[in-house]
Amino acid sequence: MSLATETIVSLRKRLLSKEITSADIVRDLAQAIEKKNPTIGAYLSVDTEAALKEAACADVSQPLGGIPIAIKDNINVLGQPCTCGSKMLAENYTSPYNAGSINRLREGGAIPMGRANMDEFAMGSSTENSALGVTRNPWDHERIPGGSSGGSAAAVGGDLAIAALGSDTGGSIRQPAAYCGCVGLKPTYGSVSRYGLVAFASSLDQIGPITKTVEDAALVLNHLCGKDQRDSTSLDISVPDFTASIGQEIKGLRIGLPKEYFIAGIHAGISAAVHQAVKQLESLGAIIEEISLPHTDVGIATYYILAPAEASANLSRFDGVRYGHRAENPVDVLDLYMKSRAEGFGPEVKRRILLGTYVLSSGYYDAYYIKAQRARTLIRQDFTEAFKKVDIILSPTSPVPPFKLGEHQDDPLAHYLADTFTIPPNLAGLPALSVPCGFVNEGGKDLPVGLQFVGKALDEATLLRVGHAYEQSTEWHLRKP
Amino acid sequence: MSQPTLDIHKIARLSRLALTEEEATRFESQLGKVLEYMSALEHHDLSAVEPTQHAMPIYDVWREDESRSGFTAEEALANAPRQSSGQFLMPRVVEE
Repeated sequence: MSLATETIVSLRKRLLSKEITSADIVRDLAQAIEKKNPTIGAYLSVDTEAALKEAACADVSQPLGGIPIAIKDNINVLGQPCTCGSKMLAENYTSPYNAGSINRLREGGAIPMGRANMDEFAMGSSTENSALGVTRNPWDHERIPGGSSGGSAAAVGGDLAIAALGSDTGGSIRQPAAYCGCVGLKPTYGSVSRYGLVAFASSLDQIGPITKTVEDAALVLNHLCGKDQRDSTSLDISVPDFTASIGQEIKGLRIGLPKEYFIAGIHAGISAAVHQAVKQLESLGAIIEEISLPHTDVGIATYYILAPAEASANLSRFDGVRYGHRAENPVDVLDLYMKSRAEGFGPEVKRRILLGTYVLSSGYYDAYYIKAQRARTLIRQDFTEAFKKVDIILSPTSPVPPFKLGEHQDDPLAHYLADTFTIPPNLAGLPALSVPCGFVNEGGKDLPVGLQFVGKALDEATLLRVGHAYEQSTEWHLRKP
Repeated sequence: MSQPTLDIHKIARLSRLALTEEEATRFESQLGKVLEYMSALEHHDLSAVEPTQHAMPIYDVWREDESRSGFTAEEALANAPRQSSGQFLMPRVVEE
């Protein structure tokens, strides 16, 4: 059996007993990638030689010693490409530095291996917006892997990676993890350094792990969190050992079901899987309560004003001068900007820049941007109130199973509406975890369903505890495509 | 806000994006629908609510006023599409 199919925890045992070496893992991954990536398209590039070099001097006594981790292509790793799935950065950009999260991973002994495909600049939830390649769902090659971290999730779900890093602005870790049968964790805003993550919406972006088990997610999270002086929003707090809560029971834990989430529009199979999961959690001793998040109806509108507004400012750095695509023969500097950006950015990025510019423009700023910031306050308050009653909030990760490739290409709003459950935790800065909770059958193919747990700020420990307890009481995470 | 008007050419100029006519028509229609959806915000009275900029209220983050090393000129220029004499090259911005 290829080592590519294993978890971090199982590989750690075999590394420590000297049964295998880090180079064995890298070689098995390279083989799996060679075999499957032409179909799945999870990776845009993989530098096996560089990974083997690192594997040769790996210190396996480190907590992640010698474990290769796939990296979403918007996180800078010194000397590697960082295309963000865009023509803008595909031609000639080489990262001149390591992201803060990569420094932390390396301190834990991990080896960044491979650049995972993504929606261009993380804008999208299908990975179809990548300008550089198609990524397919490992469970059904005709379907999307989700997104924007679709490459990361397809790599882990399809056993082309042991674990991966993604980034999550409105669900971009959790939704693809759900669609590909993986575990995905978006940490509390400020927990993980954003330094070296190419910014999309700075007040919402967070880096987090996509893994095969909850315990693996805890292990990676241990080596992602921590204060970074280079990210002014990173929190200066001590990082607990997240694996400590793994294996603890959940008797008496109060779990809230938001009544606004369980309404029409949820796919029947997903609804059934989630209700079965609720029963399972009850049998483990959790207390289920109905709660209310009364401003759920404004989540998407709020997000699709704030995120594009921030994106339009963040992406102004791509001007064809310092890095990225540059148009030929501009007549003047304005022409250089306009043409370089027109040629470098794809349609969804253009749409969001236009939308963001509009909501920030004179005459519309108060009507859209400020109003959305006010709505954001209400959404945060909803969670604050709910967490007075419960410890964890539960929902489906996505209301619908993965679309067929190309199904909604000309209808951006249809894609936006699928983010209903994943967006609010980003707006409130809360940690959220997606765990496999069953399958729905569509067209003869079993497609994974994800269960989302949302926790209190900085309470990843409880999220991981309940996620692990649920996961270990089921066999969903053991199924392979 | 209930009847959004979007001058796509003006917004494209502000966005520094050259659009083809086909793109302008398509984006105007797609963004019109998105803006119509934004009227969901009208369902709540938001006038008395304080705006939230960041999920974690952290303000005035300073570092020690000490010199730190950054990129060398060579490193900073390594990804530049055009460079000359250790500088980024771009069209003239000052009138003769």
